[in-house]
Amino acid sequence: MIRVILPAHLRTLGRAGSEVTLEVKAFTIGGLLDALEERYPMLQGAVRDHVTLQRRPFVRYFACEQDLSHEPLDTPLPSPVVSGAEPFLIVGAIAGGSF
Amino acid sequence: MSQVRVLVGTRKGAFVLTSDGKREKWDVSGPHFAGWEIYHLKGSPADPNRLYASQSSGWFGQQIQRSKDGGTTWEPVGNKFVYAGVPGTHQWYDGTPHPWEFKRVWHLEPSLSDPDKVYAGVEDAALFESSDAGQSWSELSGLRGHGTGPHWAPGAGGMCLHTIVIDPSNPQRMYIAISAAGAFRTDDAGKSWRPINHGLHSQHIPDPDAEVGHCVHRIAMHRSRPGTLFMQKHWDVMRSDNAGDSWQEVSGNLPTDFGFVIDVHAHEPETIYVVPIKSDSEHFPLDGKLSVYRSRSGGNEWEALRKGLPQKDCYVNVLRDAMAVDSLDKCGVYFGTTGGQVYASADAGDSWAPIVHDLPAVLSVEVQTLA
Repeated sequence: MIRVILPAHLRTLGRAGSEVTLEVKAFTIGGLLDALEERYPMLQGAVRDHVTLQRRPFVRYFACEQDLSHEPLDTPLPSPVVSGAEPFLIVGAIAGGSF
Repeated sequence: MSQVRVLVGTRKGAFVLTSDGKREKWDVSGPHFAGWEIYHLKGSPADPNRLYASQSSGWFGQQIQRSKDGGTTWEPVGNKFVYAGVPGTHQWYDGTPHPWEFKRVWHLEPSLSDPDKVYAGVEDAALFESSDAGQSWSELSGLRGHGTGPHWAPGAGGMCLHTIVIDPSNPQRMYIAISAAGAFRTDDAGKSWRPINHGLHSQHIPDPDAEVGHCVHRIAMHRSRPGTLFMQKHWDVMRSDNAGDSWQEVSGNLPTDFGFVIDVHAHEPETIYVVPIKSDSEHFPLDGKLSVYRSRSGGNEWEALRKGLPQKDCYVNVLRDAMAVDSLDKCGVYFGTTGGQVYASADAGDSWAPIVHDLPAVLSVEVQTLA
């Protein structure tokens, strides 16, 4: 099982806990996001664009102390994420909460 | 006994304010969707407990929330707003072409008769409709596609479709307004549209009398006279008595005719309200004195309404969707400010009192009069 940590607003929106576990068909960044959106349909469009699947500009992906935000969707997940030893973090950028 | 429910959208959540018909004591519920911008929330005239809310965030984009119990509980519904066909370009601030990009929903207008039908005005400007209570959305593309779209340009708040007015006497007719493009009308339930800006005069475009390019801030209508429209333009207060075919200026003796809101008394179709703002760069009341202006003659002759409003050191703004009226007798008038106050008048504007005064900046105010 893949562990994913969501930012607070997406936990509220998805009525999810601080950490969710997912069964993933493809162990890639895109596969993880597909599984997340399948289990929590209300998060569709909130992490990445509905149509282009591009990451929203103020959302970041971190894992194993690495920034994966700019990696292609077919990038394999790090082994510790696949094994469940480390979570995959979806993070709101520090600049995103203006006003 | 009658009840009033005031729906307030703010920069950091939604609030629901309720009172009985006296409108003296208020209960405050919220923040709902704390931390999210709530550009607008509005109830269905056909089912007052059916509410729709536009929830957005710089981080996580657009959400639409629906309530079936008057705002006690909410559920997220569809948030997929995809322009029909190839989106094309509009003008950027400097007049160069810029691709259409969806940013947010500014305004949600439920159908007058069907609680499952709702319209959404979005930025970049387009009109969407849902016939399944917000689960799915499709663009009424005849608006963007009628031909003038490449000449539309953003106002300071973005290129937003912010006003949707449904004709209660003719379900085929609807009006919308866009900053900065102008006002548009459909007579076939949204299939085809035409600009209705004859008589508007705007110095910020090369031809001040052009067919499109006008920064309309808000349009209001009284249910009993659907052919009469009142408009707060960027500068100028206007009226039309022929469903928008032509407009006349009715700014009259207003101390400044810049502003955002305009609304009509619930029972007097020639009584209208505006909140004059000093200028397009100084978005605050003249001389630090917050004043609503009322005309009982459909414009031109205006009186200042100041009783109960701050008359010293007040430098807030009142945004375009932040005024509404109830339908009690006497008519209640409400508006919210960027300083977080929501003011109410239970006597048609003669006197005012704050319901709340420390909310986040208010983006929208809607009122439901409940039996």
